[in-house]
Amino acid sequence: MPSRYLLRRLAHVLPTVAGLLVLNFCIIQLAPGDPAIALGGEHGDAAYYMFLRARFGLDRPLPEQLLTYITNVLRGDLGTSFVHGRSVAAVIAERLPATLLLVSTALVLSSVAGVGLGAWAARHGRRPADVTINAVALLGYAIPSFWLGQMVLLALAVGTGLFPVQGMTDARNPQTGFGYLLDVLHHLALPALVLAANELALTTRLVRTGLLEALGTDYVRAARAKGLPEGSVIRHALRNVMLPVITVIGSRAGMFLSGAVLVEVVFAWPGLGRLLLSSLLARDYPILLGMFLLISLAVIVANLITDLAYAWLDPRIRYQ
Amino acid sequence: MPGSIPAFDINSRPPAVLGLRAPVGRVGLLRIVRSGAGRVGIVLTCGLLAVALLAGRIAPVDPFASVGPPLSAPTLAHPMGTDDLGRDLLSGVAHGTRTSLLLALIVSVLTGVIGVVVGALGAWEGGSVDDALMRVTEFVQVVPRFFLAVIVIALFGPGLDRLVILLALTSWPWIARVMRAEVLSLKEREFVEAARSLGAGRSRVLFREVLPNALSPVVVVVSLNAASVILIEAGLSFLGLGDPDVVSLGYLANNAQRFLRVAWWMAAFPGAAIALAVLGLNLLGDGLNDALNPRGAS
Repeated sequence: MPSRYLLRRLAHVLPTVAGLLVLNFCIIQLAPGDPAIALGGEHGDAAYYMFLRARFGLDRPLPEQLLTYITNVLRGDLGTSFVHGRSVAAVIAERLPATLLLVSTALVLSSVAGVGLGAWAARHGRRPADVTINAVALLGYAIPSFWLGQMVLLALAVGTGLFPVQGMTDARNPQTGFGYLLDVLHHLALPALVLAANELALTTRLVRTGLLEALGTDYVRAARAKGLPEGSVIRHALRNVMLPVITVIGSRAGMFLSGAVLVEVVFAWPGLGRLLLSSLLARDYPILLGMFLLISLAVIVANLITDLAYAWLDPRIRYQ
Repeated sequence: MPGSIPAFDINSRPPAVLGLRAPVGRVGLLRIVRSGAGRVGIVLTCGLLAVALLAGRIAPVDPFASVGPPLSAPTLAHPMGTDDLGRDLLSGVAHGTRTSLLLALIVSVLTGVIGVVVGALGAWEGGSVDDALMRVTEFVQVVPRFFLAVIVIALFGPGLDRLVILLALTSWPWIARVMRAEVLSLKEREFVEAARSLGAGRSRVLFREVLPNALSPVVVVVSLNAASVILIEAGLSFLGLGDPDVVSLGYLANNAQRFLRVAWWMAAFPGAAIALAVLGLNLLGDGLNDALNPRGAS
């Protein structure tokens, strides 16, 4: 991949990030009542709001306030949570690993299984196996993640007791070493599967449709005529099929993270979703604004990675 | 209007065979009944529309009224059971379906208008107008709608009106992009050229020749978008951010979470209604796609 493409793509990110900061600033300014409440939450006292007004220069002209806000954010200062009594960045950082674990497990699961299932269905084109996979995938794509979570919880955790009902660990199990790892994995299984379901369904459908189309092309016929084994032919075609699949997965980062939040709430997984819910209940606005900024940045980074992966897979993609 | 198929952007959808794609509302829409997905989609969507329109008849009880014993499992009197306050769940689901579909409908109309105007204007004017509009489109596309809605509702308070505005203002980029690609490819076609050479003015060419032919893929995107709007509303209400004065399917699911172990029916029925609505709209989109874009159909 030429470095020029990388540089131009990176330069694209800056105005987007700037736009996001301005958007966040506008939300704070437009919020009903005093912007100090949006910046400090609803639990501060008069002295605390005075302090915030001075710190963010809330009596200064708007452009100056915007500048102060942007400088603070760029320094990593997202404000302070009055509820937690700590900086927003610290509170979020503490919850981040649990969410990352859940999200990355689900993403790997849905991508690997989705490509596998899609390829398998395409090889059994329009036979019962294919039709079944396709129908289940359609259904899986339509089911809201929190509902699937509730139903799975009822059936597998409450009903059979095979899986823990909530949380990430059990206090009765070992807190270190291999036992701890097993405990976390046991708790992770259901939420990760539920979160993966939507993306898995979508990936399966995209891979299946793409492969069915690709298997009718001349280069696949040529590969078969050469006597390549069917597995190699599929792998050959998959590389082309993966391009749109990667674009779709990457462009759904926002949807995926909102699914993660809902699944965390259902399974009481101690990540950002739980933090979001408790901050909503406590009206802890600085945390909410910080999370919005962080998630928006994650979406931008996901788009960037998608584009770079696309350019890496497809040498035809270059900047004009 | 037969002729050569013009070169097209690899990212846009391929033009239909010989450019004979039927404009929306005529033969094209009838063809949807030929595809299996489209048939199921129509049945599901119409069924839910009927439930939404006849909510008052199907469930004559006020969804907020306490009419039975609390947490009663499904019985003949209450086919979907009752919730913790003895409210009839069938009423809740029927009226909740009405809320969800109404929201999806209004947002779809608004996003459709914004998306079509932005996409068509950019492609038609080209140059700096197009550049500016596309930058805005790209920006709106990366803003995570769900989390923006969380922030706005947390700060401004819940309400269906602001949810409609918010989702309308953030859901149009996909439509605009599809519209832009279509207009870009159509405006170089021979039949447009022919109209121009016959002396048709710019606006006549745009409104009589280009737009009617560009709308069919937009219809597909709008129906898929409606499905995601229903999911977003359900997710927001599930977090307790729904309008407390209006029954919605997400509101019921949120209430169910606290009673999950004792009252499975409280979670099961509202969620199933959401899934059916989303499935119906997705299948409708698939069917429309097959019907309006025969070459892309498998």
